[in-house]
Amino acid sequence: MGALSIRNVRKSFGATNILKGIDIEVEAGEFLILVGPSGCGKSTLLSMIAGLDTPTTGSIHIADRDVTYALPKDRDIAMVFQSYALYPNMNVAQNISFGLEMRNVPKPQREQAIKRVATMLQIEHLLDRKPGQLSGGQRQRVAMGRALARNPKLFLFDEPLSNLDAKLRVEMRAEIKLLHQRTQTTTVYVTHDQVEAMTLGDRIAVMRDGVVQQLGTPDDIYSRPATRFVAEFIGSPAMNMVGSLHAENGLNSKGVELALTAEQRNALQAANAPEITYGLRPESLAFADAGLPGSLTMLEPTGPETYALVDTAVGTLVARVPGKVRQAVGERVFLRWSAADAHLFDAKTEQRVA
Amino acid sequence: MSTARRSFDWQRAALWSVLLLFALFFLAPMYVMLATSLKDMAQIREGNLMSLPSSPSFDAWLKAWSQACTGIDCSGLKPFFMNSVLMVVPAVLVSTTLGAINGYVLSKWRFRGSELMFALMLFGVFMPMQVVLLPMSQILGWLGIASSIWGLVLVHIIAGLPSTTLFFRNYYVGLPDELVKAAMLDGAGFWRIFWRIVLPLSTPILVVTLIWQFTNIWNDFLYGVVFSGSYSKPVTVGLNNLANTSSAVKEYNVDMAAAMIAALPTLFVYIVAGKYFVRGLTAGAVKG
Repeated sequence: MGALSIRNVRKSFGATNILKGIDIEVEAGEFLILVGPSGCGKSTLLSMIAGLDTPTTGSIHIADRDVTYALPKDRDIAMVFQSYALYPNMNVAQNISFGLEMRNVPKPQREQAIKRVATMLQIEHLLDRKPGQLSGGQRQRVAMGRALARNPKLFLFDEPLSNLDAKLRVEMRAEIKLLHQRTQTTTVYVTHDQVEAMTLGDRIAVMRDGVVQQLGTPDDIYSRPATRFVAEFIGSPAMNMVGSLHAENGLNSKGVELALTAEQRNALQAANAPEITYGLRPESLAFADAGLPGSLTMLEPTGPETYALVDTAVGTLVARVPGKVRQAVGERVFLRWSAADAHLFDAKTEQRVA
Repeated sequence: MSTARRSFDWQRAALWSVLLLFALFFLAPMYVMLATSLKDMAQIREGNLMSLPSSPSFDAWLKAWSQACTGIDCSGLKPFFMNSVLMVVPAVLVSTTLGAINGYVLSKWRFRGSELMFALMLFGVFMPMQVVLLPMSQILGWLGIASSIWGLVLVHIIAGLPSTTLFFRNYYVGLPDELVKAAMLDGAGFWRIFWRIVLPLSTPILVVTLIWQFTNIWNDFLYGVVFSGSYSKPVTVGLNNLANTSSAVKEYNVDMAAAMIAALPTLFVYIVAGKYFVRGLTAGAVKG
């Protein structure tokens, strides 16, 4: 029994199923990320946790209380919206204390809460300003302040950083993480950004088409993706996927023998799938003197590392190599990897084999 | 720089003269009314419409206000003017308030069928006024407020609702839904969200609706002539009766003064709040 449990939640509008049976348990103090492409149902799920929407079937419990049909105000939650949704007619202090005022908290305590939150977020000098006079980052802080003022049991974030520019986004991301480390409030955070998901989450639920594809720690998700979709969605540049056939003594892709470990061989035998997608993260590939031959078609230097596009017999592969690349575009190169780094997926079911 | 500035000035001059010409053209009738109302009958008989009053006096205004005859009753426009005030104030306030609440519900608290409801209300905006005359008088009779000012107030509230609802609904559609959601999470209910969040953000559309309703109801003649009794006629009907009452001499100065009196309140509203009117009509383009 945790701080939040989502049990078999389904949502459909007519014949369209938005959510197809979601089960998630969140422990107290945990930071859960809901990540997925747009239209995967993550925001709908968050709305239901907030009480702004109700599931078609299933139930939602906060701190062991069934709140499936409870009003938002009776759930003891606070939410930060993508657009911040600050009240334009009120100044920052009024914005922060509005929730307390609605709950009939006496004025001295409200003042105290404003002070506490303002100090925590370093917005003391902005308290008298209207939201229209604030910059994007400041609005973001005030929106968090409004959520923090009530000391809620549960924090909800709906893509809170997507309206900020790249630099500010990184800053605010760090601040959200620090804030969570300090307050230890259970948090559900919706994003479509895989970097945010990986950096912030204690656990990540990767969603697609109303289904949780995988629920696990960032490390689980990255090093043992449960499906081909998760493998491709998390990680940048995306994982290289090579279609291959299960031959007698291993995997064969367009005449190229793909390396396997003994463990992978056993898993393949057990899975009994004729077609296998062989996945390799770009950082698993390295240039070598021998290996899979190919021609270098493009280089994308990022500074600390370079992404190299290599045309090989099995298709175009992206390698992520540290530092600069000595070879020139058009040159013949060899790619090498260790079989243990490969991810194997059943091409038909897209489920992980090994 | 200087040459560019000079040619710019020429353009300005051309622009200004054209605008001035148009302004004169549109203001001319107003001038004639005002000038005539300040003349005495002797000067009017000279027949020079555009001349300035030689000895301006407010006698005609005074007569129009309190002595001119409408039919057999000779107490001027005053009682009619008062009727109009008594009719306009509650009708404008109630129709605007209800329109704001309707708009709030239809945009922020949608329910099954709310779009259909809105479409039907829109239909009301385009309905010819004549269509409702007979059924409305029937209903006013049933309610026992036929021929009274309250009957007129009710008619104007109902007739105004489609437009006020349309104004507010379209304005509120532009307010982010997340504001309402955030307020719900903060613990505010339907009315508190309306009072504390939505209404304080409605100033432009409130002004537009108030002006719109005031002008429409004040200037209405049809409902006024159909649904009023002898002691509840609004000023538009009074003006008509005053100008049409035949007497030995046609007193143009009194007619003009009466027309000016009847038009003054709407004129006043435009002058005071016109700037908000223009701002409000374009408010949809501005983001909070």
